[in-house]
Amino acid sequence: MGKNLFDKIWDLHQVATLPTGQDQLFIGLHLIHEVTSPQAFAMIRERGLSVARPDRTFATVDHIVPTEDPRRPYADGLAEEMIRAIEKNTREFGIPFFGPDTDAQGIVHIIGPEMGLTQPGMTIACGDSHTSTHGAFGAIAFGIGTSQIRDVLATQTLAMNRLGVRRLWIEGILRKGVTAKDIILRILADLGVEGGIGYAYEYAGPAVERLCMEERMTLCNMSVEGGARVGYVNPDAVTFDYLKGRKYAPEGEAWDRALGFWKSVASDADATFDDEYRMNVDGLAPMVTWGINPGQAVSVEENLPLISDLPEKDRETARQAYAHMRFEEGRPIAGQKIDVAFIGSCTNGRISDFRDAAAVLKGRKIAGHVKALVVPGSMRVKAEAEKEGLHEIFRDAGCEWREPGCSMCLAMNPDRLTGTQLSASTSNRNFIGRQGSPTGRTLLLSPAMAAAAAVAGEITDVREMI
Amino acid sequence: MNDTQITRISGRGIPLPGDDIDTDRIIPARFMKCVTFDGLGQYAFHDARFEADGTEKRHPLNDPAYKNAEILIAGKNFGCGSSREHAPQALMRYGIRAVIGESFAEIFAGNCTVLGIPVVRAARGDVEALRKRVETDPVTEIRIDLASMRVDAGGLTFDIDMPDSARKSLTGGLWDTTTLLLAHAEQTRAMIGRLPYLRRFN
Repeated sequence: MGKNLFDKIWDLHQVATLPTGQDQLFIGLHLIHEVTSPQAFAMIRERGLSVARPDRTFATVDHIVPTEDPRRPYADGLAEEMIRAIEKNTREFGIPFFGPDTDAQGIVHIIGPEMGLTQPGMTIACGDSHTSTHGAFGAIAFGIGTSQIRDVLATQTLAMNRLGVRRLWIEGILRKGVTAKDIILRILADLGVEGGIGYAYEYAGPAVERLCMEERMTLCNMSVEGGARVGYVNPDAVTFDYLKGRKYAPEGEAWDRALGFWKSVASDADATFDDEYRMNVDGLAPMVTWGINPGQAVSVEENLPLISDLPEKDRETARQAYAHMRFEEGRPIAGQKIDVAFIGSCTNGRISDFRDAAAVLKGRKIAGHVKALVVPGSMRVKAEAEKEGLHEIFRDAGCEWREPGCSMCLAMNPDRLTGTQLSASTSNRNFIGRQGSPTGRTLLLSPAMAAAAAVAGEITDVREMI
Repeated sequence: MNDTQITRISGRGIPLPGDDIDTDRIIPARFMKCVTFDGLGQYAFHDARFEADGTEKRHPLNDPAYKNAEILIAGKNFGCGSSREHAPQALMRYGIRAVIGESFAEIFAGNCTVLGIPVVRAARGDVEALRKRVETDPVTEIRIDLASMRVDAGGLTFDIDMPDSARKSLTGGLWDTTTLLLAHAEQTRAMIGRLPYLRRFN
């Protein structure tokens, strides 16, 4: 009987079984950032411990960086204190740090892949739930808390419970204007935001094989929104082509040996799974969330649900969602006026996302009442976009082209909603208050749909614009 | 390091309404601009508790009836979203010692366990009954027993569930994982023989 990728990589990385019954899992790559790591460094100092594998640990700064005026010291004294802490901690323990003064800084889940640090067959941990992004390469990647960061720093291992694996078998051909973001929003709407608890999600099937690496990252990124801590795609030629020539990718004979290892970790043809979900994307339309969790989504062609039509377990959250969003049941999502468009984040802050948005914005102007922020996910994405002239398209359309960072995804920096503003956002969470205003409202959608909404000033079907 | 063995917790309850309460709601991101967890307790559920001008909203944590209560009663998928340990740290520093709910997001539950906070699941009907009991009679003493995996709240009794490893960690005083992991330093070093990428494929 064949094995799936999750079990193969888990078994390879299992160091021991702990007295609690948990597995001790070796972590191949540890990524850290400024928000969740300072307390972990304090904990290891307090216990007289050191960093076990600084050579397998890499750091950047992303959540707090101002994207408009990145000059130091930051105007926000607390943000300045946080960046100084990670500068000090990485210097003291000899950890490579890709700071804002380097050409490699960016959102941690964007720079890992683009530097070739993220590779198939690895275990990858980071104090950030969207670490699931890295699973796109055929790795087991997951978010951890700060006490677990302490454990990885001190031992390069973690105490973990093995997950079950649900295969999401995806067939069909995506129509023009429909993207990986729409696939994952559809999955979340179908399986619910807690449906993945206890599972790793394997995304497989012909539609997944046709996705480029950046689309696969978008898919895996939002696994955690469905409760699945891990999401992955089996490594294939698309993966290897992406990695070839990247800074930390192996070269020469080592590359050939790496290929052998990477291919060996893919799920066997006769692998078994704990659960299976099937979907066909032939008829999939662009998706938009309407509520306060990412599973509350409809297609742009649909009306908002009636609470009485929802399963009993979903009604309480739906009532809260309608109260917060100030929407009416049964109304279409299309035509909903927006105030802000945000294109960026670890979900949709890569070059292909900006190409998608630029294709819509080229030769058009955004609506007069809309503020549109376009924020590259990394220095490298920024440079590439500017080389292609995308920044000119955005500026000509009336958007602001910013410096790399997490920006308005989570409002730990100056980019935030005010009052009850409604934002069309390519990020991953529409939680109450997420974008910085306790009464702010968020609609999640793809970069093309966000660009279309910015132009129309309201939610509109991007397929009519391309 | 051996930790305190946590087998029985008793105290009064705080009935928190709603499902899918995410960690942004437990601790809004702007309060994470800090390099220590000290002082986070006052910000627990901040935006659900206070208006922008600081006036109190109707919220169980603002209700004098639940002052100094230590057991949070939650719905399903509690703690979803961000992996921020700031969320359980804020609850712990506020004074929460255990959470009873229908289900929990995994990262959140793990973060609680490593701080010695049991998060236990119960059937929806039982959680609802407990919530009603506490709303009617806030002084009800809730007893959580991790040996028998039962809750007793003034005669209202029901089964609870949690991952076996979390139960063993808490009842065995093994919830601080670093010591357990350090014990296998030699096996950890041996991983270099098993993982070709650690040798750069040479």
